[in-house]
Parts: sequence; C-alpha cells; structure tokens
Amino acid sequence: MREPVFIGGPAPRGPDLEELLGLVARGDQNAFAALYDAVSGSVLGLTRSLLRDPAQAEEVTQEVLVEVWRTAARFEPARGSAMAWIMTLAHRRAVDRVRSAQSASDREERAALLNRTPAFDEVTEQVEARLEREQVRRCMQGLTELQRQSVTLAYYRGRTYREVAELLQLPLGTVKTRLRDGLIRLRDCMGVGA
Amino acid sequence: MTRADRADLHTLTGAYAVYALSGRELLAFERHLADCEACAQEVRELRATAAKLGMATSLTPSPVLKDDVMRRIATVRQDPPRVARSEPEFSGGGAPPRRASRGRWQNFALAACLAGAVALGGVAVWQNQQASDARDTARRSEQQVARVEAVTEVLAAPDAHSRNAKLTNGATGTVVVSHALDKAAFLASGLPKPPDGRVYQLWFSDGGTMRSAGLMDTADTGTGRGTAALLSGAVGKASGVGVTVEPAGGSKAPTTDPIGLMSLPAG
Repeated sequence: MREPVFIGGPAPRGPDLEELLGLVARGDQNAFAALYDAVSGSVLGLTRSLLRDPAQAEEVTQEVLVEVWRTAARFEPARGSAMAWIMTLAHRRAVDRVRSAQSASDREERAALLNRTPAFDEVTEQVEARLEREQVRRCMQGLTELQRQSVTLAYYRGRTYREVAELLQLPLGTVKTRLRDGLIRLRDCMGVGA
Repeated sequence: MTRADRADLHTLTGAYAVYALSGRELLAFERHLADCEACAQEVRELRATAAKLGMATSLTPSPVLKDDVMRRIATVRQDPPRVARSEPEFSGGGAPPRRASRGRWQNFALAACLAGAVALGGVAVWQNQQASDARDTARRSEQQVARVEAVTEVLAAPDAHSRNAKLTNGATGTVVVSHALDKAAFLASGLPKPPDGRVYQLWFSDGGTMRSAGLMDTADTGTGRGTAALLSGAVGKASGVGVTVEPAGGSKAPTTDPIGLMSLPAG
C-alpha cells in the first residue's frame, strides 16, 4: 500500500510506519510509542470484533503490540506494508484465541442455523454497525450476499473456510471461490495495492 | 493430494489471506506459495485489503493500555532479523531452517544476549525520559544501540566464525569475523576497567603488522557485564586481532604487549 492506510475522510498524514518500524527494530522505544499511537486503535478494534469480550481484546492487543516490538526486525517490506503486517499479526492472534474457545459455541451456532435464525446475519449486522469508515461499508455492500457472508465469517469471526462452508451449508469449493472473489472485489473497490 | 487439488491450490489465496486455512491445507498452500509469485502477489494484496477491513473497526484504547505495553516491551528481548528467507509464516515452528550450523546458532544466542542487554538498558531509558533529566543517558543509549546493532550484524552473518582467547588480565575475549561483510567484532566478558588515563585499543594484525581498529568504549568494563565492539576498518587479509592497553586517545602503533591476540579463521 503506497497510500496512507487511513480510510475515508481527510486522512491525517500519519507517520511513516515502515520507518518507525525500522527504528523499533533497533530498540528505539520512542519510535515504538509513536507506532503504538498509530496502530493500537485498529488492533484493538479488530481484536474486539473477533473476541467481543473487552478484557480479552485488550489482553490480545497487548500481546500483539509486544510481538511487534519483539519481531520488528523480521518485518519484510517486500511482503507488504507495515500496517498490513501488524493487522495480520493481530488477526492471527485473535483468531487463535477465538478458535481455542470455540467448540462450545459451534453447537449453538449450528442449532441457530437449523432453527432458521441465521447467526451469521446478526454477525454481519453487528460488524457493519461498527464499520465506522464509509469506504469499507460501501465496498462491503457491493459484494454478493454469499461473498459478504463468507468474508465476514472468516475475517471478523475467525472461522476457517471449511467451517464457513459448514455454517452456510455450501460446498467447500463455493466458499473457497466466494471468499477469494469477495476479497478481490473489496480490493478493487478500495483501490488497494500491495 | 490429487492433481485437481493441486491445481486448485491457487484459489486458496483468499482463504490464506484471512487465516482461514488450517492443518495440512495450510502447509500445502505455503509450499505452493513459495513457488508461485503470482499467488504471493495476490496474497499481499488481499492481506492489505483485509487490513483495511480490520482498520474500519478502530476503537480508542484506554491510556492505561499504552502504559502497560510500554512497561512490558522494556523487559522484552527483541528477536534478531530473520535469516532463512521465505520460511512459512503460519505453520512454521517444525523443522529448523536449512543450513543452520551449530556455530550459527551459537552466534544467534550471542546476538540475542546482546539484544537483551540493550532491551534491559531500555528500561532505564524509558523511565529516565519520563523523569526528564536523562538526556545523556538517552544519547549514550542510542550509541549503544547502534553499536550493538553493528555487532549483531556480524554475529548473525551466515559466514560468521569465532575464536576465543583468555586475556592476560583474566577476561575472556571472543573475536567474530564475517569475511562476506568484511567486518569483525570483539566481545569480552569480565574485562576490568583500564587503569586511569588508559584505554583498550583494538588492532588488526596484517601478518604481524598491527593496524588500529579503534578504541573500545569502556563504559561497560568493570561492571561484570559483557562488552562488545565492532572493529573499525575492513578485515581484509588480516590474520589476527589484538587488544592492547594504550594512553587515552590511543596510539598509532601498539606501545605495550597485547593483553590478547587471537588468530582469525581464514576467509
């Protein structure tokens, strides 16, 4: 991403995260403090979307930021922007936490589906209600129903695509392609480069 | 895995980008990714897209969270840069990186220790900065960080080799050389403070002719902590590294017998 990563509205010309991360890799705590200010809100928002419990979200946010400090020297710009790297770490950590605590709710969720109370619809609403940024909201609305459900369940709920297929009672191949098509459409809609 | 499955692998970019693969499929895809630049590019783009989905949920953290994180990082050792490239990101942790020799790992251990020393030094820096009157400490620490970074680079070099020697003053010296970087570092533990008005000077030995490689920062000597220095100048064809005690400011040629002399492994 060459553009500043803020979405919609007049983007505050933020600090150069790659540069800050380079300083952090050298043990610069002031640079880390600046990096924290730039990314912690997004990390917390994402972990909260996934975990829903505020205390757990804060805990995971802490873990993620400490991991950023610890592994800053391993950030490879060729693999993407600093923001994408940090959000990938955050997503992964929060999803790991979700999965380890999931077996109980699986049953409930399946039951909900069978009772024609599709849990994923609620999920979609909840998440979308919290999407403060117009661009993402608009682009999400440009997806087909299946694409949106697949992306939402996988990204905001931390489901594997196999679980998504099971929850939506769709063939694996369908979910696989909907997930990819959905993300590609979002990418094009948001004008994201790598 | 059938051929159809394999052909299908590249459609998993989306699932991979949002961490929706697990188990064997994740491993298979990461293997595929290593050889598929188009897939890697798509993963990068879809991850950047996913990051935006995450950022759209942004919340304002409480100030307490920042204090907690700053306190925690001050005690956390930083990892050295990744050396083996394109290792799997999510499924890693199984096999050690290829070509990792025992010597390399020892060097990594050293590098990690150095990084740890800096991180611990960092606690004081952070607190002092909050206390406002420790500009010097901060500046000194920046130099320290830069020095440790330079030394770490040598230690982590794929071709790094080391030699140990007991110094005449009882300390242990280690010289690490990377011919690829054309740099050498000197590490010592238990090095006492030099006598008043004296400094430790490092030398490259070019077949017996001593060439100055700079003075050691003696701030850490006599503390029981380790001391590390990057030798200034290129290694070139040097056959050894020496340490002498010289008058403050250093000398053009050694004026005393070396307290340590270590031969360098051939390049």
